[in-house]
Amino acid sequence: MRTFIANNQVIPITNHLRPDGGRWTIREKLLLGLSWDQYRAQFLRNPVNWALCFVFAVGVPILLQRYLFGLGSITHASNDYPWGLFLGFGLFGMVPLSASGFLLGTTVEIFGRKDFVPIERLALLNGLLGYFFAVVYLEVDLGMPWRLYYPMFVSLGPAAVLFLVAWHVATYLSVQIAEVSSAYFEWTGWLKGKRFVRSITIGLTIAGIILSTLHQGALGALFNYAPAKVHPLWLSASFQWIHFFCSAIFAGLSMVIVAGALCKRHLAWRCDRRFLDNVDQCTLGLGKGCAYALITYLVIKVVGVAHDNEWAYLLTGWGRYFLLEMALAVVLPMCLFAYGVKHRRVGLVRWAALISVLGIVWNRLNTAMICFNWQLYREVPHWKEIWVTVTIFALYFVVYRFILYRLPILYQWQGEK
Amino acid sequence: MPTLIDRRRFLRGGLLASAAATVSLAPAQTEAASFEGYPNAMGVLVDLSRCVGCRSCEAACNKEQQLPAPEKPFNDFSVFDELHHGQKRRTDETRYTVVNRYDIPGREHPLFRKIQCNHCQEPACLTSCFVNAYTKTPEGAVIYDPDVCVGCRTCMIACPFLIPTFRYSSAFKPRIMKCVFCYDTRLTKGLPPACVEACPQEALTFGRRSDLVTMGRQRIRENPSAYVDHIYGEHEAGGTAWMYLSPAPFDQAGFDTSVPKEPILNYVKDFLGIVPMVLTIWPALFAGFHLLAHRKEKMQQVNKNEGEV
Repeated sequence: MRTFIANNQVIPITNHLRPDGGRWTIREKLLLGLSWDQYRAQFLRNPVNWALCFVFAVGVPILLQRYLFGLGSITHASNDYPWGLFLGFGLFGMVPLSASGFLLGTTVEIFGRKDFVPIERLALLNGLLGYFFAVVYLEVDLGMPWRLYYPMFVSLGPAAVLFLVAWHVATYLSVQIAEVSSAYFEWTGWLKGKRFVRSITIGLTIAGIILSTLHQGALGALFNYAPAKVHPLWLSASFQWIHFFCSAIFAGLSMVIVAGALCKRHLAWRCDRRFLDNVDQCTLGLGKGCAYALITYLVIKVVGVAHDNEWAYLLTGWGRYFLLEMALAVVLPMCLFAYGVKHRRVGLVRWAALISVLGIVWNRLNTAMICFNWQLYREVPHWKEIWVTVTIFALYFVVYRFILYRLPILYQWQGEK
Repeated sequence: MPTLIDRRRFLRGGLLASAAATVSLAPAQTEAASFEGYPNAMGVLVDLSRCVGCRSCEAACNKEQQLPAPEKPFNDFSVFDELHHGQKRRTDETRYTVVNRYDIPGREHPLFRKIQCNHCQEPACLTSCFVNAYTKTPEGAVIYDPDVCVGCRTCMIACPFLIPTFRYSSAFKPRIMKCVFCYDTRLTKGLPPACVEACPQEALTFGRRSDLVTMGRQRIRENPSAYVDHIYGEHEAGGTAWMYLSPAPFDQAGFDTSVPKEPILNYVKDFLGIVPMVLTIWPALFAGFHLLAHRKEKMQQVNKNEGEV
């Protein structure tokens, strides 16, 4: 948005009222107060948009192919590896990264840490979109995507772990829509809605904690169904759910740190002083939380190995791979977080967050694909499967950016609230 | 004391309601915990020492289940040399059963192993399915209902024997494809499945599961040098309807001996047990945290109000 940076303009549209006294129309709000030509010009100037267009140009036809000719036309149709990247990355990776909503909700609303308010809405939005796109990935992967509601209304199997995941993700998605809706109500000016949401915030937040605890854990417990397939170092039958839940804590917090850093660097025109002045302090606070969660996670992972007496596996090739994951994805970010927070090195904390985001995705891919069927062979996904995964992620990025450009997430609404 | 009675009734009602709400998971679990299989469930005992690898069972299954014609005819034995990703042939959407050859060092003749759905007593596919697409029938078959399946493929993750397969080739009518013990065409009429009937070697014996366990033990006892002293499937995954006798160690004949000796369901019970606890304890716990964290503000509010008065 160099238009705004170059013109050194104040933040566009933070109010219902135009500078000349009239009210912004919806169209003007959507175009950020620019004319259509100006908007198109800024869109075409940005090289990121060209890259996105390229991803979509190849990805959308592949998606069409999937819906017209079946999953087998874009994947290796493996019966040994029924879950590929769409779930390995899209569901098992995106959901922990989206724990940010319930974590910051709890910090601010339950623990009363008002100093995190400037970044709370970013965390809520990050959570909402992450879950929403996890469902989008699911809709690509499900054999019969048109039956998505079946476990809710048509044929119920309440004793299955996936039943919990389905119900909790669905209800939590509604909770998150309600939480983020107050920003939307401010933007559209429907204050009744906002006041109602405000009145049930505590209830929503607590519901968020319950649902998150259970479905983050349930995603881990899903692998308990495959005790003979997942490598024992990545499957601790007794603690799998708590390993997944605990790692979701630093994953979610790290994702907010990364999102906050990107906003500060590339979306500064959209941020107000409250966000820009506080984001570094919030980053340090979140980094501290990450360090605590990481050390806890490291200890319970070791407890998992000890509990099942799996020390001997550590000496095998798989064990070395496990130790590599622990070193790069847990110990390294943990040390960087601790050092960065202690010496107030915000940049270092941001790098640590990026490493831990990638690390958690790596862990989920390990559990779901790489160390799955460890006694058989490694499945390398079809390039079309990889491309579709990237395409959905690009769509996530576009929607995320679209909302940040407009709704009062990074700035405070100046009109009536 | 009408009020007391009212209150009692109210409390009783409340308790019942909350019990019903929180314990909705429990019945399925308690039933499963004590479930030892249907008493008259049928099964098949496969004796590897009798199988000669003629593939008649594959052909019979293909015909009975109206599956597509195979690439190579059923009398082509070069399929035994096929390897995909270093693995021998497995079930897929075109075949519910497959025979593989195992050349075991030190043995004069190779062993042949037929694989198909083992029809577990407490099937992992069934317990992992969140739309109840699977049913274990009293006759012993594990059958599948394509009308409610959403295609999540968790059953394929859960099955320790890698049996269910998915019709990936179809966009509009995908479904799980797996052996159903010829349930609707034969088992309900008291007939053995097509593969058993087709076997010229009597390598497959159809009968009541409990009788087959006895028969298996008897064969081992009568000819201890000819068999490994184990019936694969008697306890594997909590017990299966299809069971195997082998003259060579089971892992050498391609069996996964790391399959647990208890139902796969047992591995998720711990987690399912914490669910009602989290649902009931978390609200109180976090509401408490909220009150603790905000007590200062509350106190200030109270002090301020008192000051004003």
